[in-house]
Amino acid sequence: MNPQPKTMFEKVWAQHEVVPETPDTPAVLYIDLHLIHEVTSPQAFAVLRERGLRVRRTDLTLATMDHSTPTRTEQVFGGAPITIESAAKQIRELERNCAEFGVELLGLQHASRGIVHVIGPELGVTQPGKTVVCGDSHTSTHGAFGALAFGIGSTEVGHVFATQCLLQRKPRTLAVNVSGRLRPGVTAKDLILGIIGKLGVAGGTGHVIEYRGEAIRALDMDERMTICNMSIEAGARAGMVAPDDTTYAYLKGTPRAPKGEAWEAAVERWRQLPTDDGARFDREIDLDASTLEPMITYGTNPGMVIPISGSVPAPNGDPAFAKSLAYMGFDAGTPLRDKPVNVVFIGSCTNSRLSDLRSAARVLRGRKIASGVKMLVVPGSQQVKRAAEAEGLHQIFLDAGAEWRESGCSMCLGMNGDLVPPGQYSVSTSNRNFEGRQGTGARTLLASPLTAAASAVRGRVTDPRELLA
Amino acid sequence: MEPIKTIRSRTVVLPLENIDTDQIIPARFLRSTTREGFGRNLFADWRYDASGAPKPDFVLNQPEARGCTILVAGRNFGCGSSREHAPWALTDYGFRAVVSTEFADIFRNNALKNGLVPVLVDEPTSRWLIEHPGAEITIDLETTSLALPEGQRVSFPLEPFARYCLMNGVDELGFLLSKSADIDAYERRRAAV
Repeated sequence: MNPQPKTMFEKVWAQHEVVPETPDTPAVLYIDLHLIHEVTSPQAFAVLRERGLRVRRTDLTLATMDHSTPTRTEQVFGGAPITIESAAKQIRELERNCAEFGVELLGLQHASRGIVHVIGPELGVTQPGKTVVCGDSHTSTHGAFGALAFGIGSTEVGHVFATQCLLQRKPRTLAVNVSGRLRPGVTAKDLILGIIGKLGVAGGTGHVIEYRGEAIRALDMDERMTICNMSIEAGARAGMVAPDDTTYAYLKGTPRAPKGEAWEAAVERWRQLPTDDGARFDREIDLDASTLEPMITYGTNPGMVIPISGSVPAPNGDPAFAKSLAYMGFDAGTPLRDKPVNVVFIGSCTNSRLSDLRSAARVLRGRKIASGVKMLVVPGSQQVKRAAEAEGLHQIFLDAGAEWRESGCSMCLGMNGDLVPPGQYSVSTSNRNFEGRQGTGARTLLASPLTAAASAVRGRVTDPRELLA
Repeated sequence: MEPIKTIRSRTVVLPLENIDTDQIIPARFLRSTTREGFGRNLFADWRYDASGAPKPDFVLNQPEARGCTILVAGRNFGCGSSREHAPWALTDYGFRAVVSTEFADIFRNNALKNGLVPVLVDEPTSRWLIEHPGAEITIDLETTSLALPEGQRVSFPLEPFARYCLMNGVDELGFLLSKSADIDAYERRRAAV
């Protein structure tokens, strides 16, 4: 019998300690996969240049571009100029840096390009038990595979370039135990919004979350990624789900997953990763998935969330709460249902995978979006785009009156110019409803692809179950 | 980095909780590829109106804020995006320390690497500071304590290694590079498995 049962996080951490932490110094932690993009890497490349350093492990480093990239086909493939000069410059600089330092780049026209957190899993470079970092807080997405994956700043990007390591204090552990099953029309997005509502936006600070329980085991990989993706919105360092047959079935046959005997050996290793019986977490919370409704946010952080049939809560004396409602133009005590909607965005590293697009298409098939509503559907990667087109999903979106774009972060943060105009209401499948996140003065309501699509059809905040046969 | 021993300043107070990095520096300013010049867009959407004119009611636009190097903010400061542009904007503007009851993890890491001291205080100290904007306080890294105007001292936690780096103006990359032999050995060990 194992004398010291361990959590999955503790196992992955221990396997990557180059030098363990001491009271005076943090641990030196080895990084197995370093994903980079155009926004947070240039300053790190500059440090390498200043100090005459090279990228230590180009074979463990993979670059793509997603944040500042255009989503209009003519700009990506047709030679039309990129309207924002600073965005074009950032893209060129990543190309130059990758060429100079020998880093593989899935560039603007590459068939495997996409949002960094969508392509890692698609390519099979995201694997159980790995440490994965990227200069992006939604790196937590990769934890869906039982990887320890977290966002870092640009200085740390430089550290990983030069040493393949990071200096880290060991975080604490938090188990989120989810029993029951999601009801029809209620999705992984609603579940994670429900979890964030319960934990609060700082509830996970200093912790790595492990999502556990019947409801989590029943989720497919796209759904687990949606859950882990938003761990950071609860303040958590990372989110993880134990690998299982669902994980292995997804990874098997992806372009860069191990093959043949190496695959068998890898699966054998991965089966040792799940948390041992009797292992202790620093904290635990419980949630029953079967009690959840579709969820939607009403305020300016993802913890300000209610069931779609609910009303905006009463003020609690917190000045930030009042400021938030004033920004959103909502009054306490009023329902969100039937509030008018101007823009609908289906996309982002949270909800832009094939199953998310299928989910939106299920609502939109044979329907039109309401007049006056602008709807953008932005696939998470070029691979997702091709797969969606092979199924005819793009035609459903186009017939409904939505725009179908090339992949990228797009309207999640509007760096490429895909913006929600000031004062307008956007129902968005992205991850942040911060003030100005989708554009200066934009008012964001976070929801699932089902809810977003249903709201596009009605032109009002809509419970998708009303449109699902 | 300049070594930091003490920071003495009047405070600027932003009492809101959950100030996210999108407020500190909005995404549209992240298309720059250098570390410099973010200070003028610090809190841009709170600080300027649509025409780019300063909003007179925003605290950084008030004359008392001029020259202050310590920002006091509500709980969970720096949540959201991992953008290091947030501490770059704060330091470029002139801030040397932020005082709050809680910091988001990535922001705290990024701040420490840029000579911006995250000072974690208890609820009563935070409340006093929020109720006394412009108070002259001293943050001392030697004793890891914050001195209030009447001389009362409140100690704050600071990871010893981070404190060492701040006080000596040392960056962590040098330390990591000094571990090269350990990293080589680790890679050999892993390759053998």
